[in-house]
Amino acid sequence: MARVVGAAETAPTTYAWQIHTEDLRVKAGRRMAVNGLDLKLDTGVHGILGPNGAGKTTLIRALATVLKPVGGELTLLGRSPGGRGLKALRREIGYLPQQFGFYPRFTVREFVEYMAWLKEMPKAEIPGAVQRAIDRADLTSRADDRLKTLSGGMVRRAGIAQAIVNDPRILLLDEPTVGLDPAQRMQFRSLLRSLAGDTCVVVSTHLVEDVATACGDVVLMNEGRVVFQGTPAELAAAGDGSHPGDSPAERGYSAILGRSR
Amino acid sequence: MNHLSGELVRRYARGDTEIPADQLWALETHLETCADCRKLLAENSDNLTELLAGVWANVQPDTEPAEHRRLSTWFATNALPWLGMTVLVAILATVLDMFAQVGPSLVLLLAPIAPVLGVAAAGARGLDPAYELISSTPRAGLYLVLRRTVSVLVVVIPVLVLAGLPGNVSPALWLLPCLAFSVGTLVLGGWLGMGRAAGGLAAVWALSVVGPSLVRDALPVVLQPVSLPFWGVVVVVGAVVLAVRADAYARLG
Repeated sequence: MARVVGAAETAPTTYAWQIHTEDLRVKAGRRMAVNGLDLKLDTGVHGILGPNGAGKTTLIRALATVLKPVGGELTLLGRSPGGRGLKALRREIGYLPQQFGFYPRFTVREFVEYMAWLKEMPKAEIPGAVQRAIDRADLTSRADDRLKTLSGGMVRRAGIAQAIVNDPRILLLDEPTVGLDPAQRMQFRSLLRSLAGDTCVVVSTHLVEDVATACGDVVLMNEGRVVFQGTPAELAAAGDGSHPGDSPAERGYSAILGRSR
Repeated sequence: MNHLSGELVRRYARGDTEIPADQLWALETHLETCADCRKLLAENSDNLTELLAGVWANVQPDTEPAEHRRLSTWFATNALPWLGMTVLVAILATVLDMFAQVGPSLVLLLAPIAPVLGVAAAGARGLDPAYELISSTPRAGLYLVLRRTVSVLVVVIPVLVLAGLPGNVSPALWLLPCLAFSVGTLVLGGWLGMGRAAGGLAAVWALSVVGPSLVRDALPVVLQPVSLPFWGVVVVVGAVVLAVRADAYARLG
């Protein structure tokens, strides 16, 4: 059945950046994990790199609107999340948490379907969208298996499927490549590239290599702030032989982090 | 409308590659709309049934459509074990009421706090494995929590009514307290988290009402008809607080 394209989908955008933060401060428990963060992100794949405890997960949670910032400005798709606009905004967001729990007795299809229902997708669109998302996450052959029978990497792919089921304009993936084998990583990267044209994809990772190969833009975080934003080539250019690391990107990473201390 | 010439149709049916592209285009467009000329084409073609059978075989789906279980969007699946426990406790209380004869009915004493575990499971961080995933969705928030609460009450209240039958416990005595505790769990849960709120309320009730009334062997004042207006006020105030703080339920607690 043909889908009707709504006026809202074809309307021109009235904002400059999909994600825009100014002096953003977000607390994780009692600690100020994101502290004065300025960020401007357009469509494309953005890799967020940083050491453990740099505030990557807290930032992603704030972007997913599950954590309320304690200060600063956060603008997603030109709107400030909160109040009545929150629901409409969340329909445009796909989110894969770092550790995501699930109901083990659900099949992959039921899980993605339930998430599609929670994302308030029109009832008639759900079965088709669910199948497409499962296909894109390469889980077609396991679609009707229960989640508890799947391996860790497959569960993560089910998580990716639920994140993309609503064709989000902002896709937030927290450590999505954990547990994927090399072939799946490659496939995941091509999925990212296919989304990059019209989606603002934010991938947090601590693997420098993930970013260097799959992302068009690198954001380096340390202690709750952005210490570098640029292309992978610029990241590589920041380091030289004197910095520790096995690849140009890793040497650039340690060079910038050394400088920011 | 000009129809196709027999010669052209015969050449087309033979698969003649010499027909000029413009003629071919016009011929196929005409065939799409003209049944008579399609008939002419059919008369000039051999092996048509075989060809047709081949096409049908290719377009027929070769796999069975996936089996589909209708998902219940009312129940939080993680609430089911808690509901089962609540039912067991109700049965146990009924049995004790029937045989132990301890004065005030246990069913009546426990009814107000019976749903809080199920209610807590509907929105608690520790009890719902998919909590973070769900709280990022548009449907998350007070609406979803209320929906799941209703699904818990729909099971728990009839069970309590049945459990009260042998001891002649009137539902009128415990229904409002029961609702008040459900709403209270949701309200306190907004600040403390559902699990802590449910545990706290249940503990307070057990220590301050259930214990003393078993010791004193008398029905506590809070469960006598005099107290019903008080419970009514609690339900209404709780509902107002919920409505005001609705936004808080859409975030991580």
